[in-house]
Amino acid sequence: MHRFNWLLIFSQFINGLQLGSIYALISLGYSMVYGIIMLLNFAHGDIIMVGGYIALISILNRFGPFISVFFAISGCAVISVLIERLAYRPLRKASKTSLLITAIGVSIFLQNLAQLIFSANGRPFPASSILKNNKMRFGKINVNSVTIITILISIISMLLLVILVHKTKLGKAMRAVSEDLESGQLMGINIDKVISFTFILGSSLAGIASIMFCCQYPLVNPTMGYMIGMKAFIAAVLGGIGSIPGAVVGGFTIGFVEIFVSAIGFSAWIDVAVFAVLIIVLLIRPFGILGRRLTEKV
Amino acid sequence: MKNNLSMPVRYVINILSIIFFLVLGNFLLKIGLFGRAQVSTIIQSGIYIILAVSLNIVVGYLGHIPLGQAGFMAIGGYAAAFFWKSGILGGELAFIIGIIIAGISSGLFGFLISMPAFRLNGDYFAIITLAFSEIIRSVLINFPKVTGGAQGLKRIPKYSNFFCVYSIVIIVCTLIHLIMKSKHGRAILSTREDEIASKSCGVNIRRYKIFAFTISAFFTGIAGAVYATNQGIIAPSEYGFMKSVDVLVMVVLGGMGSMIGSITAAAFLASLPLFLQSVMKSFNNYRMIVYSFILIIIMVFKPSGLFGNYDFSFSAILERIINRLFVSKNEKVHENL
Repeated sequence: MHRFNWLLIFSQFINGLQLGSIYALISLGYSMVYGIIMLLNFAHGDIIMVGGYIALISILNRFGPFISVFFAISGCAVISVLIERLAYRPLRKASKTSLLITAIGVSIFLQNLAQLIFSANGRPFPASSILKNNKMRFGKINVNSVTIITILISIISMLLLVILVHKTKLGKAMRAVSEDLESGQLMGINIDKVISFTFILGSSLAGIASIMFCCQYPLVNPTMGYMIGMKAFIAAVLGGIGSIPGAVVGGFTIGFVEIFVSAIGFSAWIDVAVFAVLIIVLLIRPFGILGRRLTEKV
Repeated sequence: MKNNLSMPVRYVINILSIIFFLVLGNFLLKIGLFGRAQVSTIIQSGIYIILAVSLNIVVGYLGHIPLGQAGFMAIGGYAAAFFWKSGILGGELAFIIGIIIAGISSGLFGFLISMPAFRLNGDYFAIITLAFSEIIRSVLINFPKVTGGAQGLKRIPKYSNFFCVYSIVIIVCTLIHLIMKSKHGRAILSTREDEIASKSCGVNIRRYKIFAFTISAFFTGIAGAVYATNQGIIAPSEYGFMKSVDVLVMVVLGGMGSMIGSITAAAFLASLPLFLQSVMKSFNNYRMIVYSFILIIIMVFKPSGLFGNYDFSFSAILERIINRLFVSKNEKVHENL
């Protein structure tokens, strides 16, 4: 008879928390951008790849860990603002179909540009020069320090985000714009500034997530952003897109689903499980767990 | 007096020109005018034309963006490959039956997928179709006993030649054209224009969305089967997101909602590597960068694509030429007034 192993369950729980917090950070970016300009930012996943490569290069060029992380995060922010300026801004009045196609185009562009520059093969990520992975013991439980740090940093960034959105003027502007873009404009909000700020915020979180992800799975390749981005997007949809707590809930849900499926021995079916969860949730609650129903007016 | 060609005359003209095209093409290939690379590019273009035209049903006529076409291609390809490899039948008949099996199985999946997918709109629809296509791919990988796993299926009998591929192209285009000209096609178009208005006119929009998606999946499955027999080897890794995007680029470039646009863009983009190979050897490395650039540029500067929703009619052009030649100037002035 198999004894019910609480320790195993607890350590899997921690793993789920770690993966979930990475997804949550990324899905926040999707959710905020979608909340403001109703754009499914397909390129957001590839921002993670960009962050990974920037961190890799700065470490290989012997910048310290802090500088490298700083470079990665700010690089993500700069690139996503550039994308917004060049590709999305001219289309602000266009149909949603055009926006979606443009976003897909940007995503493929980034992936293939990276493939051209760094070749399609993955490169090992020198995780240990950013975060030393120590085994930590709590009583009988072994936990990696990377796991704990990931969870802590994610929670801190999420708290900072909540403070930013709820306590500052810019955050108020963001919330107003996501409520109603045109009325916000009439109240004197500079839309361009708010949108750029949203992109900066979302992609900085993605940058943090990308470092965390690369420390856990130390390999960078041009298409790494596709699956992570996809799952984070699913997390955002799951939690209710446009809602910040929803993105966090969705992220942790997806993290736990993945860890659970691989823990019961079906690790080849992780992707199927995640997509199946998405489909089921969309069919039961099309606007996500915490999303608001948008009714179409004639 | 303006000359109008009557419908039977139009049909005769179209059928004759199709036969002429097929026979001429077959003849030119038989006498060995083209090299091997060119022939395979021509066949490849034919396959992409079927794909683009059938994606155009959903993207252009229905106004939704599915990102899961590759999944239907995979279903069609695998279904036909199973049938052909089983060796129940041989020869031309096996080809035709295999293609029909591919279409039906893919259409069936399309029908099943569209029922939940069309409860959602816009971006959600795009994502859920992408999710389904990834599920199909994972299932193909994870049942290695049946599907050959990640290695896929090998030694699929080769039936594809110019004549059969382009016959299928013509049949598919004709069918789609006829559907779109029928009552049902009009209903699909009205759904794209305004869902609420067409609902209030008594169009069952949900049913027509499912219908359009199903026939799109049906034809995509056929294209998948032709693709499989042309390649000889199919593997799940081919049917990823990029394959769906390949086709989407063609439809967007040609103009969403224009069949001639899809055909031109598909033929152009599928033969682009051949043209550019002499210019730059490694075009394949740049291909997706060029594609993505095309997507962005078109969306920013001309969202309607090259052809807008213009559709080509051979008879109409003939009519115009006849009128130009035989109608006297006076009458023309009169007409303009």
